[in-house]
Amino acid sequence: MKTSSIENRFKTVGILLGAQATGPAGAEAKKDTMSIMSRQEWIAFLNTATKEVFEIMMGAQLECREAGRSVMSRDFTAMIGLAGTLRGVLSLRCSSNVAYSLARLMLAEDTPASEDSVRDAFGELCNMVAGNFKAKIAGMADGCMLSVPTVITGKDLVIYSLSNGESIQLEFLLEGKPLELTLSLHS
Amino acid sequence: MKKARILIVDDSSVMRKIVERSLRQAGLDIEAVKEAGNGEEALKLVQEDQFNLILSDINMPAMDGLEFVRRLQALRCTKSTPVVMITTETGEKHVVDALSLGARGYIRKPFTPDQIKERVVPLLEE
Repeated sequence: MKTSSIENRFKTVGILLGAQATGPAGAEAKKDTMSIMSRQEWIAFLNTATKEVFEIMMGAQLECREAGRSVMSRDFTAMIGLAGTLRGVLSLRCSSNVAYSLARLMLAEDTPASEDSVRDAFGELCNMVAGNFKAKIAGMADGCMLSVPTVITGKDLVIYSLSNGESIQLEFLLEGKPLELTLSLHS
Repeated sequence: MKKARILIVDDSSVMRKIVERSLRQAGLDIEAVKEAGNGEEALKLVQEDQFNLILSDINMPAMDGLEFVRRLQALRCTKSTPVVMITTETGEKHVVDALSLGARGYIRKPFTPDQIKERVVPLLEE
């Protein structure tokens, strides 16, 4: 039921495949590759976008696995608002230990990062994942706008959306430790 | 190549450090690197100091990168200073807007040090 519902919502969004297509030639390319994205395609784009950011910015290899398999502490939450063609929130959550490791890897420093730097790094990571994700889908780079990142710290906060949207959740492992990525759409 | 005096404008201090590290890894002859957290802060700095390259984010509070480039073009002292945008915004409209306002290059986040070098070195060699 849920899969069917979310596929319908994504079809309503009307995003076309044909990533990186721009200009008159790009318009043709969009037509050639015209197809409505399935849930699996959205997952594939989110997966690739996330792995690329971690690999390019910190040389880290992420492993993606079924969401909800890890018992994880969610001490850090970074959120990016999406507006325009796609409306909703993309969030990244992890434990304090993972967030500190990420900041250290990003800064390429051996010394522990300050909490300010950890929040900043985590927010930027989420920002880059959102930007990389939308850059992969034709029509989204221009049509979807990103907010500046918001980072919330606090143990196991629960996020409730007041809109009646659907979501995709992915779990990644960084050196065996879990990170959770969620794309929540507004109806 | 000129000794580089570079201004990095980004609301993320972590990203400013990463950009600076990438510039140094690119082997540039750097005389000074200064930082600003948004366009407003950067505008003050460019009127107090001279830079031969500016790297700026687009999405920033207070004054965004596009407005910053527009203001730079209106100042005689910075009109010819090359500006390269470094941003997650990669839509054609953003690129066209930035270039038409006077930006000389566009780097997408995430980026590698090689990508920075490729865009920045020709501008410093002019």
